[in-house]
Amino acid sequence: MKPIATTRSATGIQTGKLAVWWVLASEVVIFGGLLASYIMHRLGHPEWADAAAVTNTTIGAINTFVLLTSSLTAVLAHQAAERGDGPRAARFLGFTILGALTFIGIKAYEWSYEISHGYTILTNTFWSFYYTAAGLHALHVIAGAIIMGFVALDARKNIELHRVELIGIYWHFVDVVWIFLFPLLYIAK
Amino acid sequence: MVEPAVDLTHHDHHHDHHAHHGPEGLLKYIWSTDHKIIAMQYLFTGMAMAVIGGFMAYVFRMQLAFPGLSVPGYGVVSPGEYNSLVTNHGTIMIFWVAMPVLIAAFGNFLIPLMIGADDMVFPRINRLSFQVFFVSAVLILASLFVEGGGFAGAWTAYPPLSANEAYNLTPLGSSLWLIAVALEFVAFLLGGINFITTLMNSRAPGMRAFDVPVVVWMIVIASILFMLSVGPLIAGAVMLLFDQTLGTGFFDPGRGGDPILWQHLFWFFGHPEVYVVLLPAMGVVAEIITTFARKKLFAYRTVIFTVVATGVLSFFVWAHHQFIAGIDPRMANLFTITTLLISVPIAELCFVYIATLYGGSITLNTPMLWALAFIAEFLIGGVTGIFLGAAGADVFFHDTYFVLAHFHYTFFPIAIIGTFAALTYWFPKMFGKMLDDRLGKIHFWGTILPFNFIFIPLFVLGMGGQHRRIYNYNHFPELSVDWMQNTRIFATVSLLIMLAFQVVFFVNVIKSWRSGEKAPKNPWKANSLEWTTESPPPHGNWPPSELPNVYRGPYEYSHPDREEDYWPQNLPA
Amino acid sequence: MIDFILSQGSSYAAGLDRLVLLILLIVGFWFLLAQSIFFGFIMKFRAKPGQKAQYITGKEKHQKRWVTYPHLAVLVFDVAIVIASFNVWYTIKMDLPPADAEIRVIGQQWAWTFQHPGADGTLDTPDDIFTIDELHVENGKTYHYKLESRDVLHDFSVPVWRLKQDAVPGRSITGWFQPTESGTFDVQCAEICGFGHGLMAARVIVEDAGQHADWVAANTPEAS
Repeated sequence: MKPIATTRSATGIQTGKLAVWWVLASEVVIFGGLLASYIMHRLGHPEWADAAAVTNTTIGAINTFVLLTSSLTAVLAHQAAERGDGPRAARFLGFTILGALTFIGIKAYEWSYEISHGYTILTNTFWSFYYTAAGLHALHVIAGAIIMGFVALDARKNIELHRVELIGIYWHFVDVVWIFLFPLLYIAK
Repeated sequence: MVEPAVDLTHHDHHHDHHAHHGPEGLLKYIWSTDHKIIAMQYLFTGMAMAVIGGFMAYVFRMQLAFPGLSVPGYGVVSPGEYNSLVTNHGTIMIFWVAMPVLIAAFGNFLIPLMIGADDMVFPRINRLSFQVFFVSAVLILASLFVEGGGFAGAWTAYPPLSANEAYNLTPLGSSLWLIAVALEFVAFLLGGINFITTLMNSRAPGMRAFDVPVVVWMIVIASILFMLSVGPLIAGAVMLLFDQTLGTGFFDPGRGGDPILWQHLFWFFGHPEVYVVLLPAMGVVAEIITTFARKKLFAYRTVIFTVVATGVLSFFVWAHHQFIAGIDPRMANLFTITTLLISVPIAELCFVYIATLYGGSITLNTPMLWALAFIAEFLIGGVTGIFLGAAGADVFFHDTYFVLAHFHYTFFPIAIIGTFAALTYWFPKMFGKMLDDRLGKIHFWGTILPFNFIFIPLFVLGMGGQHRRIYNYNHFPELSVDWMQNTRIFATVSLLIMLAFQVVFFVNVIKSWRSGEKAPKNPWKANSLEWTTESPPPHGNWPPSELPNVYRGPYEYSHPDREEDYWPQNLPA
Repeated sequence: MIDFILSQGSSYAAGLDRLVLLILLIVGFWFLLAQSIFFGFIMKFRAKPGQKAQYITGKEKHQKRWVTYPHLAVLVFDVAIVIASFNVWYTIKMDLPPADAEIRVIGQQWAWTFQHPGADGTLDTPDDIFTIDELHVENGKTYHYKLESRDVLHDFSVPVWRLKQDAVPGRSITGWFQPTESGTFDVQCAEICGFGHGLMAARVIVEDAGQHADWVAANTPEAS
């Protein structure tokens, strides 16, 4: 049973949305710290360009496209939820989850290729950052997909439709982090 | 007893009705989502950890006073164990005592009550935060008993010592320590979401932003500070954990890494963290001094803006911990400026509190004594910080006992004085009984006086160049002179006396809880909303149809138009 | 203040001590003022039967003044301390006066190695003198030290000289000092470095020209 407190909104913004934005704020600082550390190291180690040359920009670009598309389907899911069409929203969330799985699948292929060619997390500090940053991001993709699954199951029954927007906001954040990772790990050679 | 809003068709209390009772019996403590139960869970865990942290202090101070002798209740302290004791004392006191008691326990208990809500907005996330916290507490304690012993590289955990088991000789302990700290961070991120959104959205009808009691603002601003500063350290902790367990070289200069990077990541969080714990304590003090001086808080809005300014500024001072770490010397000048600048808003807060006493009608009962002692003692901590914030002077004082005395004159008021102030003030509301004020005063004096006799001598030892984290000064001729060793003994004996007086507090609590005078709703004649409900409040805090509306701010004491010298927030005009 | 306990054994010790004294006078003044007003108010405004407290909001300008002016004054004093600190910091950490001699200081778990120039007066030549836990320097000469670490962070700290610098593995950090007092003094490690951290006690022996020359001559390794 939800407390009466959850029904109040002194700011006019829905409580769940406030919560998601605060979660994102703390996540921004986590990834920000990691990426700032990477950038400081990179500036001090020009030879890392050689290590970065090995990363597969094409695959990175494909994954960027996959994530951007999945963000699009998340937006379409939100639109459907706004109109009260739960099953349609659930379907679009399903496409988003599919996008997440595709992203992870491509990444798994990419990493197994790199590891089998001797580029592991221990190879040098560039690769340590590469796997740590992309790995932390991938964890957030997986966690987001799982939560999205629960939201979709509820949405199909027209329950808690407001959560479609909330998981969508989180998903856009995951996308944005990748938009930073892609140039830092792939394009900057 | 909570009146049900709807007529019940049966009287079985174990099922949910419109009058929601929550789980009963022992299961209450595992499944309850009631913010007051969760608050108690944090409070009791925090206080248990305080006993452990205090025991560690007892052991290492005995070693310093009587080097090499077997410490009663522990045994002989080896150099490695000494380092582990000081490491875990600091870590436990900050992360498992100060934060859970001041922020999680009092935040959870007070926020919904003070804003007139029936619970936090996300009760299940609230419960989850305690469960994660509890696991972190188990892990940090477990880390002390694994093979190799507990982590011994100081609470600051600088690599390469902390990253490489060949250097620290505590591979299991180091990683468990790190994971425990990381989990504690997760617990407080989860908790923070509740505090912030609940304050933002769930205020009682009529409660404007500046009608909220200062302690609620302080806890929420502290949560925001925490959420915005801990991120880089979480990133750093992942990197350190990988260095420890996978063999990466993030902080290994031989592998292209940089040990100083950790220091920046740690202190970027570490400095805001001290304000994270300071703010709630200052909030508690504000509530108490207004109540027992019967006075409005002086310049309430200024207080809020000053606190926010302090929070923002706290992000720009971190490298004063690294003046001689090998950073660019020009950076040191920058950080000297920002560090001394931050003394300005803190000084303002102290002046505001002193101004609040002016023209008051002051009652010196136990909670008021604690609150006033906070101000007097924290002033010492604050002014001694200036010696450290000025880089030129810090060259001498860094890593000496002067630093240690400075931060105990800030942390002790925060974590110990602040806690006892809050506990003695809200005990009637939390437990439904009045504490014995005479025992309270004995406990107060038996804590405050010895406290000063522990740490003033440590300032002197620091001025003599005595460095930290050293288990035995017999190897240093300049430091093993008689007057210095006698000073160490004096400080240790003062600690023993202070620890002994804590028994008085436990006796008071147990005696009062069992047979103390029953507490009325509002024993202190205070204004804020928690005093309008039962002591202790029922599940849901007020009957659902009687949640309060608010008509004024929380500090309308001694208003000239009123006969009574207080004016509760919920009384219509 | 520090000089009540430790002598001023280097050329920059007195300057640092003066900064500390300046800070002490300024914060001491504010501290005593704040505490006396604080305790004064507590005594003066104790609850008296029948007398109500005053209703003061602190919002009006004439009330706010009492807090605003003091905290502006604090700001002014802070500026004074910042300027004084800059001078001391510059002297110790940013300036590098020309050296009469160089030494290398190497920290490791758990001892200090000191590399002195041998009879030829130049560091990093075959006749250098290596000692463990014992640094020999000549009174009145200006030295540059190169500080290094073999493993973890250490910190080279000589309290009588008011000298302190972290030793970071992977780096060689340069600093300077000029001893002004002969004698034997403590060296402490000021960064926790493992269980032997408290065992890294070393001594610095400051000798006059003649004694130092004798020591160098006696300890310079034989040419091979």
